[in-house]
Amino acid sequence: MRFVVNTWFAERLADHGIHSRFLEDHHPVHMPCLEIRRLDWAQAAELARRMEMRLVAVWAAEAGLHDASPTGSASPANELPLYAYMAFAHPEHRHALLRTELNPDEPAVHSISDHFIAACRMERSMQDMFGITMTNIPDPRPWLKHEHWPLAVQPLRRDFAANEPMPSDAARLHIDYPYVQSPSAGVYEIPVGPVHAGIIEPGHFRFLAVGEQVLNMEARLGYVHKGIERAMQGRTATDGVKLAGRVSGDSTVAHAWAFSQACEYAAQKPPPLRASFIRGVLCERERMANHIGDIGAVCNDAAFIFMHAQMQRLREDMARLHATIFGHRLLMNLVIPGGVSRDIDAADLDALFAQTRNIAAEVEQLRAIYADHPSIQERVIGSGVVSVQDALDIGLLGYAGRASGNYPDERIEEAYPPYDSLKIRVAQGHMGDVATRVWVRFEEIADSARLIGDLLEGLPSGDIANPWKAPEAGVSGFAAIEGWRGEIAAWVRFGEGGLVDRYFVRDPSVINWLGLELAVRDVPVPDFPLNNKSFNCSYAGNDL
Amino acid sequence: MSSAFVQMLQAVLLLLLAPLATGFVATCKARLQNRRGADVMQPWRNLRKLFGKEVVMAAHASWIFRTAPYVVFTATVMAASVVPALLVDTPLSLTADVIALVALLALARFFLALAGMDIGTAFGGMGASREMTFAALAEPAMLMSIFVLSLGAHSTNLTTMINHTLNSPFALHPSLAFAMVAMLMIAVAENGRIPIDNPGTHLELTMIHEAMILEYSGRHLALMEWAAMVKLMLFATLIADLFMPWGMTTDASLVGVAVAFALWIAKLAGLLLALAVIETSLAKLRLFEVPEYLSGAFVIAFLGLLSYYMLEVGA
Repeated sequence: MRFVVNTWFAERLADHGIHSRFLEDHHPVHMPCLEIRRLDWAQAAELARRMEMRLVAVWAAEAGLHDASPTGSASPANELPLYAYMAFAHPEHRHALLRTELNPDEPAVHSISDHFIAACRMERSMQDMFGITMTNIPDPRPWLKHEHWPLAVQPLRRDFAANEPMPSDAARLHIDYPYVQSPSAGVYEIPVGPVHAGIIEPGHFRFLAVGEQVLNMEARLGYVHKGIERAMQGRTATDGVKLAGRVSGDSTVAHAWAFSQACEYAAQKPPPLRASFIRGVLCERERMANHIGDIGAVCNDAAFIFMHAQMQRLREDMARLHATIFGHRLLMNLVIPGGVSRDIDAADLDALFAQTRNIAAEVEQLRAIYADHPSIQERVIGSGVVSVQDALDIGLLGYAGRASGNYPDERIEEAYPPYDSLKIRVAQGHMGDVATRVWVRFEEIADSARLIGDLLEGLPSGDIANPWKAPEAGVSGFAAIEGWRGEIAAWVRFGEGGLVDRYFVRDPSVINWLGLELAVRDVPVPDFPLNNKSFNCSYAGNDL
Repeated sequence: MSSAFVQMLQAVLLLLLAPLATGFVATCKARLQNRRGADVMQPWRNLRKLFGKEVVMAAHASWIFRTAPYVVFTATVMAASVVPALLVDTPLSLTADVIALVALLALARFFLALAGMDIGTAFGGMGASREMTFAALAEPAMLMSIFVLSLGAHSTNLTTMINHTLNSPFALHPSLAFAMVAMLMIAVAENGRIPIDNPGTHLELTMIHEAMILEYSGRHLALMEWAAMVKLMLFATLIADLFMPWGMTTDASLVGVAVAFALWIAKLAGLLLALAVIETSLAKLRLFEVPEYLSGAFVIAFLGLLSYYMLEVGA
């Protein structure tokens, strides 16, 4: 690969007396994985925070059979260590991963939630899934492990029998989840969900309200936990990408791309350029379609139904063309490790080009109607503000971040092909309200349409896929892809026989849900759906 | 034809046409959004479906929850049947006092709010609290708007008021314009239409009327929905009665009734079309602005009252 080893973070760590070891079996080298001592864990996070790095993810993985024990001799399976990982990103110095070894019998590591608020729920997942004790975690409640799960099970540990029914813990069933409460008698709680009146994903929202004013909203997720990380183990990459593409159905291209790119990095074999360009077209089409649908939905939640009907029509047009050209309305199963599974011919290219241009033009017309309508503007302007500082503290991603003065965009920072040859225009908002989030989406639709035009015009000839060849056991890869919701981070480690050994994916929703919770403080209760739609976080992507 | 028969006919027509009126608004809205939409019969099909379904009820539902649909439906239908639609002077016209009419609607609303709170779900309580808050502002504004007309007719009896308008020479009264604007605003709010409430929403947190009937099913839900449809019809008829009664017949002749019927339908269609246009071109108001909207309606009605004294008395 053409990248040089990124030593920036390792040097900064060394400056502060944290010794790190570069892991040779992790790729790509410009997003290196550094092993540090467990005692330095929280300090390294603090340092990252001081250097204005953004937390990408915190996760854990068991060592594979290929990992030698620290003493050098191969260990029996039940004594293999457990690793904790965290990844940071710097706008100029790209991503860096840190890894530390935990004691498999009594795994414990210091929480980094003091430095990065967004780490807390990921750390709670680590507690639930691996039984790791997060020392000093500000919020130790179970996150994914709902009441019907026994507390003792550790579903991502090797000794967990994933194919057998889990005995439900009768004692736990009667314990209520301790939501944030108010001691005041004037504050009342509104429980909403997980079953909703509309056809939407399940999630529970607990409001503390005074009259119609929201004091606090707490989301409880995990109702659509499907065990994706576990299900990925033991699959080949070509099989696993189908699963990765279903982490969150509305961003199937981006998730499949993130997984595929992590695999390709691990195997150190990039896809052909034509494949990258087609991936770019697919990803930008996905971005357009979802933004179009969401803008309509935001307007619908404010009962401005005209916009909803028009936007649904445009989105449907896109889905139909996708079905005709690619055989799937939502573009599933197109991105595969090594490239893409379908080529486009000259006629397809013309159809995509013409439709993208027409839809972008129609969206501009509708945008004028939206902007000229005081009654809808009055609803969206000033509702659900996330301040620039709050957005920075959380590390808000995608359009939610861009509406609040945070502009991380992997298409620029990581500049993976095909975006290395394109100029991306990032919308830069700072008001942080619903209107700005919608504005960013309109801007992104226009920019995506322009990018699709550029990609189709410059589409290189050649193969659409390299034959997939899995890397050696123990090799891991990491990729960060800008999906329509924001950065998707995927980490894959291969095991014996070219099978995926461990998989971790962080959908941008994991972080952006926190943004929604902040946004709806001090808004009237009926403004919640409007805000919820303006974020439109994925439930499935969070629950895995 | 006897006037008693026309009275009966009117009441039955109101009941039968109410779902069509709601369907008409929905169809117009769909067309205005460039959608095909369901035809005007759809609300009737929905009602038939709901009447055929079993009632599912919460285990701790009290008698209030069970009887509320019947009370709400009966009160609304009674209110609707005292409003003259075709014939000005019907046997029930003595009782057709607007204060009684508002009181009947308030009774329906009272039971609706009680039923909303009865099950103890958060949404029912929320809807009930919103409904009562807005009712406290909407009812005085509605009465105030009607009183503007009562000033000229010296009566709060609908028949007397309509006769007064029919018998006085046609003139543009500024007070009536104010009263009509206020009445239209109140009608939109009272029927839970955009920009106050959205009857088509699935978002529990934004609902007002729908939140109160969220737990209803089967025939109970059908009655609640039918009552809401009748209420829409009632308001449209009331506005036509008060502000454009021309064409209503004073004797129960077949020709008179037929002409009155045709004009009534035309007036209704015009009003409902206007509603569809308003609903398509507006987003919902922020909740905290609804009181301002309603007090705005009250102030406009009050201006109508003032302008009556300033411009019309003794003129």
